[in-house]
Amino acid sequence: MKDFLNSWGLSLAIFVPLVGAVVMLLVPKANEQLHKVLALATSLVVALIGVLLLANFQYDDGKTLQFVVDKSWIPFINSRYIVGIDGISLPLIALTMLVVPLCIIYSWNHFPEPKNPKAFLILILILETGMIGTFCAQDLILFFVFFEVVLLPMYFMIGVWGGEKRRYAAMKFFLYTLFGSALMIVSFMALYFLSDKVPVPGGGFEHTFDMRALPVAAAGISSTAALWIFGGMFMGFGIKVPMFPFHTWLPDAHTQAPTVGSVILAAVLLKLGTYGFVRIALPILPEAAEKWAPFIGLLAVIGIIYGALCCLAQTDMKRLIAFSSVAHMGFVMLGIATLTDFGINAAIFGMVAHGLITGMLFFVAGSAKERFHTLDIARLGGMLKQMPRMGWILGLSAMASLGLPGLAGFWGEFPAILSAYNPGGDLNEGLFRVYMVVAALGTVLAAAYLLWLYQRVAFGLPKEEFADDPHVHDVSFTEYVAWVPMIVLIVVLGFFPNIIFHVTNPAVSDMVSAMGLGS
Amino acid sequence: MLAQLATFAWDAPSVDLHALAPEIVVTATLVILLVVDAFTGDDQRWAASSIAGIGLLVALIPVATLAYDGVERILFGGAYVVDDFALVLKALFLLSAYVVVLLSTNYIAEGDYWEGEYYEMILASVLGMMVMASARDLISIFVALELLSIPAYMMAAWRKRDVKSDEAGLKYYLMGVFASAVMLYGMSVLYGYTGSTLLADIAPRIGELATSTPLVTLGIVFVVIGFAFKVSAVPFHTWAPDTYEGAPTPVTAFLAVASKAAGFVALLTLLFVGFWPRHDVWQPLLWVLSAATMFVGNFIALRQTNVVRMLAYSGIAQAGYILAPLAVAGASPEAASQALHSVVIYLVIYAAMNLGAFAVVLAVARKTRSAEISTYGGLFSYAPGLTVCMSIFMFSLAGIPPAAGWFAKLGIFQALASAGTTSGYVLAVLVALNSVIAFAYYGRLMRVMWMDDAPDGDVSPIKVPWSLTAALAITVAVTLVAGVLPGLVTHFTDPITLLAVGS
Repeated sequence: MKDFLNSWGLSLAIFVPLVGAVVMLLVPKANEQLHKVLALATSLVVALIGVLLLANFQYDDGKTLQFVVDKSWIPFINSRYIVGIDGISLPLIALTMLVVPLCIIYSWNHFPEPKNPKAFLILILILETGMIGTFCAQDLILFFVFFEVVLLPMYFMIGVWGGEKRRYAAMKFFLYTLFGSALMIVSFMALYFLSDKVPVPGGGFEHTFDMRALPVAAAGISSTAALWIFGGMFMGFGIKVPMFPFHTWLPDAHTQAPTVGSVILAAVLLKLGTYGFVRIALPILPEAAEKWAPFIGLLAVIGIIYGALCCLAQTDMKRLIAFSSVAHMGFVMLGIATLTDFGINAAIFGMVAHGLITGMLFFVAGSAKERFHTLDIARLGGMLKQMPRMGWILGLSAMASLGLPGLAGFWGEFPAILSAYNPGGDLNEGLFRVYMVVAALGTVLAAAYLLWLYQRVAFGLPKEEFADDPHVHDVSFTEYVAWVPMIVLIVVLGFFPNIIFHVTNPAVSDMVSAMGLGS
Repeated sequence: MLAQLATFAWDAPSVDLHALAPEIVVTATLVILLVVDAFTGDDQRWAASSIAGIGLLVALIPVATLAYDGVERILFGGAYVVDDFALVLKALFLLSAYVVVLLSTNYIAEGDYWEGEYYEMILASVLGMMVMASARDLISIFVALELLSIPAYMMAAWRKRDVKSDEAGLKYYLMGVFASAVMLYGMSVLYGYTGSTLLADIAPRIGELATSTPLVTLGIVFVVIGFAFKVSAVPFHTWAPDTYEGAPTPVTAFLAVASKAAGFVALLTLLFVGFWPRHDVWQPLLWVLSAATMFVGNFIALRQTNVVRMLAYSGIAQAGYILAPLAVAGASPEAASQALHSVVIYLVIYAAMNLGAFAVVLAVARKTRSAEISTYGGLFSYAPGLTVCMSIFMFSLAGIPPAAGWFAKLGIFQALASAGTTSGYVLAVLVALNSVIAFAYYGRLMRVMWMDDAPDGDVSPIKVPWSLTAALAITVAVTLVAGVLPGLVTHFTDPITLLAVGS
């Protein structure tokens, strides 16, 4: 079993969804029930592989890559099919494998217009391949390919199943991300040619895209070149996160996307950017990262405050949650910018927590939209009276989102803020302490906009137009099935944050010490 | 005098028939087609396309045996070379022409055009391209160019009852002749200074001539500009959109893919074999051409409402990307080798994805009788297969994995970065910017297909004839396989070299 997982586990996890998608492609469109079953079964198989991987992962040795497969892929440029996971990628892969089946279950009876479950579910499965692949890839070109594969299904999901302004939103989403990734690939190429050649199997020395070898091989790059290369990566990853001022695609994409699209976007896609920073940009170019860090920190805290202020001004619930994502990802980026193991651990926790919590908020918003046909906050009200269970779930998610201790959100935000007190390397302590104070103010604003949202939506009496609406019913069965695992995890991770810190810490501290920044 | 003649020993040059076999097969097919066409009635015209298609496939057999043989064959005193470079490109030309024949079969048969003559023109033009791939001499390059161009001028005007098609043919002809004249002038200047038409001889001589010989510079510039017309580089692109729109669509596909590739092949041999020592002259020229071509092509493509015109401008922009590695090739032997490989790989992938896109255009036009982008509305609802194919080609042209275009573009970035110069990196950033601009119009077509409603509410399905289905199957398969396993393409392109450039 162990041997099988070592050689096939990750490749199966990546490509089983694709196989499922191909099978579904061959089934006629009219057979909707079969499509749903096939999609769910595929995603459950992937989740099962995920459980096996989790069970066989050597947690004491989280800093080394495990389940590594290294095969020849494009010999011409010495790009190889290298996959492997360590403590940094494991939580994110687990998150992906959890969210996808939940999304399929949630969609069961909730397909957005124009229905067509076949195409919708195929897109979700292709998306899963891209997401898992990105988290597993250990070769820059392979990473780039999966990173881009994710774009296609999301573009169609927003563009075909989205809201009224879906075309504009889909195009904006695509062009922004493409712009970033085009510069990113130029950076990868520069990195390839400027880093030292490494020995290759079969003798000789060649340039490499291998992420495991690049931190050493790239040490010789001149600091000016490294700054530029980091800049290109910053555009690629920063737009995906998204960091202020590249965030403007996010509210449009989130607001227009179908519920499931929003959930996946928030839960996993945004993490591809932050993961890229942690996995690629920082370890390979630590000195350039140190020079960029104050700037990244600045944009992060601007994002926190700006996102929060925008939230206060929103009249649409989904748009408000989207802006809260900008603020929350600001905390994650602040943690990364400190370049300390403390901050980066917090950032990874923040990614998982944000994925669960914001995913939940989007689920609830989607269900509310389905019942009320509007998310205009002014027209909503009295959810606790009309649908008490959903009201409480919304309340719990909102509390988690504002960082209430005892729920998952707290462990993403609080250590990230704290880590800015004592940044790593030669970073300016005074500056980062200012960032710390500003970020702490951001949590106050977060409490303000979330509580205010909750007050307007859940308290009071239902508005007259919906008071006797038969469409408005409490949480349905499929919704329970989809939501309970996420809620449980939000609570469990809130009480036992060590579940994740324990996995990430060995890998993160090893990475930070390998970066070799004096402090 | 007579006595002298009598003693003159006439040696027939030894001809390696194996090396020339692909060309001979195509010529033989051309002759067979001519004879068959002369002796068959109107009801048997369908035979023409079958014969042409079979001939093209048969010609691939000697290409394969030559490649398997792996010996570099030099004929006619070095004027004609059959090496890996030539063979890869001959295979590309033959396959592209085969797909074009598939695209043409129904279009030409149903449109009341001359059939036999049409396929003869295609074969003649392909023959010119195959000669071009092997030509290493100014004269054989020129002959090859005319052999491939003159049939193309006629094919562009094939819909002779349509004023637009006449305009297309005439414009293409006038511009093409003008470009030939400019190029020929440049060639004659180079011959005057170097005393040889062999590229291998020209290179060392122009290297020896002091850089202060302005006429040599002029000669090089003129020859490069002549081919800039052929590959429709800005500012020599003005013929392309009108010709592409007016010409019959299969011919447009042929011009946009095969003819353009032949232009690049000639540029490669000229720059790398003939003009190598003077890369100080052509590098800056190509840098400007490349940058201008991408930006102008992409910006004008944004405003197009007709798919064929959009593809024409997208093809211009793509030519800009292909020119980019050449603009930095002189930096080092490694950069030159990367540039050579990236251009050949790009040409192969570009052929598959662009021919595929034209195949979809043809299939859709069978129902809508139009190539306006607005008529593609709701395509997903009544022709999901065609929509998915077109989306694959559009993503490929935009350079998004897993469709093959990403690997082609990656090669360009790699070649630009391998030069390690500022101008290389700047050009790489320009290519990156252009990739984003380009997605705006590729994405718009996809948006119309997937997200808009059918303009007239007509959602009856499209009947796709088998020849178009075959063409689509070939192009989709190549586009996807080359995107997922690029090693399969590089396996063939890896060994290629050109004289001055090591592998």
